[in-house]
Amino acid sequence: MQNRWVRIAFTLAASFALGTGVAAAAEEGGHGGGAQEVHWESWQAGNEVTNTASLQRGATNFVNYCLSCHSMKYMRYSRMASDLGISEQQLRENLIATDAKPTDYMLASFPEAEAVAWFGKVPPDLSLVARYRGTDWVYQFLKGFYVDKTRPTGTNNLALEGAAMPAVLSDLEGVKAAVLGVGVSAHGGKRVERFETVAAGRMTPEEFDGFVRDTVNFLDYAGDPSQAQRRSIGIWVLLFLMVFTVFAWMLKKEYWKDVH
Amino acid sequence: MAGSNDALPVRKGFLLWLNNRLPVDAFMRDQLTGYYAPKNFNFWYFFGVLSLVALVLQLVTGIFLTMHYKVGEATAFDSVEYIMREVPYGWLLRYAHSTGASAFFIVVYLHMFRAFLYGSYKAPRELLWLFGMAVYMALMAEAFMGYVLPWGNMSYWGAQVIVNLFGTIPVIGPGLVDWIRGDYGIADATLNRFFSLHVVAVPLVLLLLVALHLVALRHNGSNNPDGVEIKANKGPDGKPVDGIPFHPYYTVKDTVGLGVFLMLFAVVLFFVPTFGGLFLEAPNFEPAQPLKTPPHIAPVWYFTPFYAILRAVPDQQMGALLMALSLIGFFLLPWLDRSPVKSTRYRPLTWKIALTVFTISFVALGYLGLKPAEGSYVLAARIFTGLYFAFFVLMPFYTRGESTSRVPARVTFHHD
Repeated sequence: MQNRWVRIAFTLAASFALGTGVAAAAEEGGHGGGAQEVHWESWQAGNEVTNTASLQRGATNFVNYCLSCHSMKYMRYSRMASDLGISEQQLRENLIATDAKPTDYMLASFPEAEAVAWFGKVPPDLSLVARYRGTDWVYQFLKGFYVDKTRPTGTNNLALEGAAMPAVLSDLEGVKAAVLGVGVSAHGGKRVERFETVAAGRMTPEEFDGFVRDTVNFLDYAGDPSQAQRRSIGIWVLLFLMVFTVFAWMLKKEYWKDVH
Repeated sequence: MAGSNDALPVRKGFLLWLNNRLPVDAFMRDQLTGYYAPKNFNFWYFFGVLSLVALVLQLVTGIFLTMHYKVGEATAFDSVEYIMREVPYGWLLRYAHSTGASAFFIVVYLHMFRAFLYGSYKAPRELLWLFGMAVYMALMAEAFMGYVLPWGNMSYWGAQVIVNLFGTIPVIGPGLVDWIRGDYGIADATLNRFFSLHVVAVPLVLLLLVALHLVALRHNGSNNPDGVEIKANKGPDGKPVDGIPFHPYYTVKDTVGLGVFLMLFAVVLFFVPTFGGLFLEAPNFEPAQPLKTPPHIAPVWYFTPFYAILRAVPDQQMGALLMALSLIGFFLLPWLDRSPVKSTRYRPLTWKIALTVFTISFVALGYLGLKPAEGSYVLAARIFTGLYFAFFVLMPFYTRGESTSRVPARVTFHHD
């Protein structure tokens, strides 16, 4: 429990400091007038909820980086473990960082009052975020942080203007500045000419992209945990109905022979 | 009734005892084996029985959902997620019910279009048509209140928009809205009464209306793609020469239709239950938030033609009036259509063009109702609203004295 608190505080403090600190540096970079544009609104999550290995990585990412502040109140640890092929021992050792029992719902460890003090609002529950925002949006959001010194967090977000959430993944992704173009993009959002790296992260861009996709995949799973089961049952139901319909059609043919 | 003079099977023992007390055999004969239906039914004649299938499906899944759903603004949303995640096969029940609602409207719309195609609303079937329209009205009320129950953000704001329409009625409007809601806004009281109406009152009304619809149907028998009355042409045995017993001929044929319907249903249920946001809208996965209006409020697809008509005029009161009038056109159909001929097959080009334009307008309005009311969408909605009303209003004129082609004495039937 103590460990977790230290980690939360450290992550938050680091991301705030990194954000505000490098914001000034980024400003000096100047604005290049490149004609190219980053079509960030066309970024697609391209995740696949039947990929269990990806879901396991996504679950780990979620527990380590999101669950401190964001609850997933409709999801039990044990349900997640059984769906994702995680043993109870692995669950207890690697995924439950609080004193929660495996059958408990996955709730944030950050008290709501504290959260309001830090962010001005309670971080939203993420059980259904992939359903009401869409997986592509979540992907764009997680990769959409850029330096903006006018924001208290030091960063802004392309997908969510004025996001209260700091760039908590910046130690992985690094910090990037967005060179904004004039006017709006074809989709009505911010026009981004290009990104400029302000500070490198611990991951390569490819590694970070995989990290985000796995996380989005897990959120997609969590929004509708029966998806994989639903599809596999669906195949059998359709096969049965096909056979049923063929026999019904043959029966109809037989009966209708004598209708003239 | 055709075939009702057929001999009943000779029964002994329990079946004799039973039939002396309850006319099981006579009922089966009158309604199934001795009920003669035209032999030339085509594709369009599957949708009556499929509507009945959809009704039963909604009743059965609804009963099981009601066992787990917890009405109330603090519990409704959570209980739906509880059904989706923790009730064994709860997701199957919920998706079957939500897919079933859209499927119900699809088959009902196709069933209604069939009536337009073959003049099934014409004498002697005007009451049959009116009962059908009453079923459609009850179904819309049922679907609307059912949509509110998950208490998602679109449930809340959709209810807000629809209930406020009653407020446009002069004099009694504002009081009426409070009476419907049971509060000064869409609230817990509203949710509770919608639940009561959705699971008890409206289903009872629906069942009664469906029963009346079927009794009226069986009294005169079905129309058919040629619009020929098969009872006008009976053989020496007193049975219609163009008729065949409903059972076994149409029971086996409808079973094939049922199989195809269930396959399409299963594809949606198991693989695309939200149907790209058309059957289950994304904003409804967020709980109701009275202070957060969704950026774009759109009803579920089956209401959008009427929603587009509502928004086609800038004045809300006029829009609501126009929407009410758009439904009245359907009710008056048997009397607006002056043509002596039922089936489109034997009606002139003017009718065919009118029906095509109306069908395109209805579908186009449905599409426009999903789009924001801005720019060219509004202009298009106005044009199609005009065409929609022209179809009904001008009908007495373009159908009177139609130069119809000769209707055959017998139905046309080609063995396949």
